Amino acid sequence: MSPAITLATARRILTQLRHDHRTLGLIVGVPTLLMILLRYVLDRPQAFDRYGPMLLAIFPFTVMFIVTSIATLRERTSGTLERLMTMPLGRLDLLLGYALAFGLTALVQVGVVSAVALTWLGLDLRGSVWTLLALTLFAALLGVALGLLASAFARTEFQAVQFMPAFVLPQLLLAGLFVPRDQMSTALRWIADALPLSYLVEAMRELTGQAGLTGTLLRDTAVVAGCTVLGLLLGAATLRRRTP
Amino acid sequence: MTNYAIEVRDLRVARGGRAVLHDLTFEVPHGSVVGLLGPSGCGKTTLMRAVVGVQIVQSGTVTVLGRPAGHRDLRRRVGYATQSPAVYADLTVRENLRYFAAVLGADRGDADRVAEEVGLGGARDQVAASLSGGQLNRASLAVALLGRPELLVFDEPTVGLDPVLRGELWELFHELAGRGTTLLVSSHVMDEAARCERLLLMREGLIIADDTPDALRERTGADDLEQAFLKVIEQRGKVAA
Repeated sequence: MSPAITLATARRILTQLRHDHRTLGLIVGVPTLLMILLRYVLDRPQAFDRYGPMLLAIFPFTVMFIVTSIATLRERTSGTLERLMTMPLGRLDLLLGYALAFGLTALVQVGVVSAVALTWLGLDLRGSVWTLLALTLFAALLGVALGLLASAFARTEFQAVQFMPAFVLPQLLLAGLFVPRDQMSTALRWIADALPLSYLVEAMRELTGQAGLTGTLLRDTAVVAGCTVLGLLLGAATLRRRTP
Repeated sequence: MTNYAIEVRDLRVARGGRAVLHDLTFEVPHGSVVGLLGPSGCGKTTLMRAVVGVQIVQSGTVTVLGRPAGHRDLRRRVGYATQSPAVYADLTVRENLRYFAAVLGADRGDADRVAEEVGLGGARDQVAASLSGGQLNRASLAVALLGRPELLVFDEPTVGLDPVLRGELWELFHELAGRGTTLLVSSHVMDEAARCERLLLMREGLIIADDTPDALRERTGADDLEQAFLKVIEQRGKVAA
């Protein structure tokens, strides 16, 4: 691993994004639009205060999952990954490069969406904005890590896109967004407890309801961060220098 | 330190349960341009992948510049260009070259040098996706030249190029060899064989001839190398029968 190569990789990925204005526009614009839509569909400030922050974490997670899984799949199919694997680039250099580049992109995304939600849409947050930004950054990095991992199991871009609903939607249903986890049947509850998004949603709920850093909030953040590291390590294991 | 840039001993590779390379043994001397010739599907790409160390092999050894193929010390000393151009389509030529130069630890000026060497100096600021097929191919070759590697492995580098550009690239290859670089270049067109100092003729996963172009012509009594190739196959058939 080398910091110079990791930074060069992150810069290269950001340059690729910079050439693709429409993707950048969609990354920032779509969640903003959805947030505005949610506010007016719910039409009650209390309900928006309840669901708004959770979506603030789910957007960067989902978007970064899709963007990362497609981007790494393209590296695999275009031959650039094989080329990099013949060079002195460590597997972690590539993964951390992706995490860094997409983490920064996620910060811009969350910055814009939070600004719109907290000012124009009147979202009421008890916890601090900085904790919100930190949590959403973790959410984005979790998306990057799982996206990297998922791309290893996709042969085509069609498959990669389908992994989004496969990885994300069940987690969303089980995360306690629609039905609280303690009201689920035991089996479902076990599954929900094993999924990282559940902790993310709980942390966001905690942040909405309480000021300051609570024990639950810290524990949930640690779980999300742990899953991110685990995802990156598993992702690294799927990158092979030698292939059949 | 061995006398050869590449030394292959009893190399066997199977892909999808089928043997693609059958116990190959050969050497490539330092500072020469060696052509790997043979029809499409004969195992050229697999052999090249084994030399750069990205191919899983069943048995045998591949020694490159005195180390096992794929060794970490070789990652700066071997340049490899695959048949399909492996560059980022959404980056300009310069951005591509600068990124790979950074990965290799080559200095920034190296990106401009290799772009000139492959004749892409004027297209440096073009996004790779907007390049012609031939230009894209040369951009991919340029990446392999970064950091002045001692061994270059080029898989079908001249496909889709007009005769003038092809001639220019072959001149570049010989110039590099003159500076001490070893080149292993594959092709399926026989008229390129005459430009190599040594030829490895491949067919169905076997090396059927390993000689200089002149010696091959003399041995088979054929005027051109295409005929010589056919003669070699014929002679082998007789031996087998």
